[in-house]
Amino acid sequence: MTAATVHSAVEPAEAPLTPESWGKLGMWVFLVGDAVGFGVLLAGYGAMRATSGDWPNPYAVLGINLTALMTFLLICSSVTMVKGLEWLGKGDRTRAVQYLFFTALGGAIFVSLQAYEWSHLIHRGLHINQNPWGAALFGTSFFLVTGFHGLHVTGGVIYLVSMIRYVANRPDPAASYNAVEITGLYWHFVDLVWIMVFTFLYLF
Amino acid sequence: MAASEHKGPSYMAIFWYLAVLTILELIVVFLPFGKMTNNVLLGALAVTKAVLVAMYFMHLRFEAKTLGWIAVTPLAIATLLVFVLLPDGFAVLKKTDTAAKPAVAAPAKH
Repeated sequence: MTAATVHSAVEPAEAPLTPESWGKLGMWVFLVGDAVGFGVLLAGYGAMRATSGDWPNPYAVLGINLTALMTFLLICSSVTMVKGLEWLGKGDRTRAVQYLFFTALGGAIFVSLQAYEWSHLIHRGLHINQNPWGAALFGTSFFLVTGFHGLHVTGGVIYLVSMIRYVANRPDPAASYNAVEITGLYWHFVDLVWIMVFTFLYLF
Repeated sequence: MAASEHKGPSYMAIFWYLAVLTILELIVVFLPFGKMTNNVLLGALAVTKAVLVAMYFMHLRFEAKTLGWIAVTPLAIATLLVFVLLPDGFAVLKKTDTAAKPAVAAPAKH
């Protein structure tokens, strides 16, 4: 039995927006809302920065070597995610679980590196309400935006780990394909947001 | 299965595009074109990467068109947001410009 037939039994007869499932549409609608949330944060960041007279030079203060590595790591974890889904589509559950594990591991390393970066910056004097380089809002917006994203990655790692169990507990790979694809949507979105955060907060 | 129906570049090809674009971003930061030009280039590179992720990793290219419209809605909202913030920003800028001198001399307040 394929995923498509399982779903046609429980879903209404009219054509859904996505060929496979309403669940996927639900995730997309959630992500659109989440994207607006991040959009508000980044627009607010831009407005505060544009109207500040003493905004510090971000890449001089924050450094971009570690974050460039973190960006690369997140891109790699996106690739392992699509590979995991691909293996599940081919019916290889063991490989799929392996790749899901690599994806979760990539996310966990990302959050660890962020924790390291934060503690390093706090040690150098970057606080949420003050910093030695200029506008106090620099620290506020930095911790707010990267923290909000880091929370998303942490949630994503938990989501992925629970999906590993979900896939492992279902003997038929097709039965978990749709759920894993939806997980992938969330994970790629977190990657996509980091691409924006990295550019706006570190490189601009 | 849906995965095998997908046409277009392979996942690994997208990975290499993303990796190369990231390296390009790191190069652009140090180009001597001035802040404005560099930021336009960086913005364009970031948007390209985001579009690649959404189109291929999130399979948006292979979904129903309506889903694509749902996905680009935040872009319209984000554009509106910028225009909403602009007058506010300019007002603050004007205020800080006139009060710039005493503000610098005054001790930092939190």
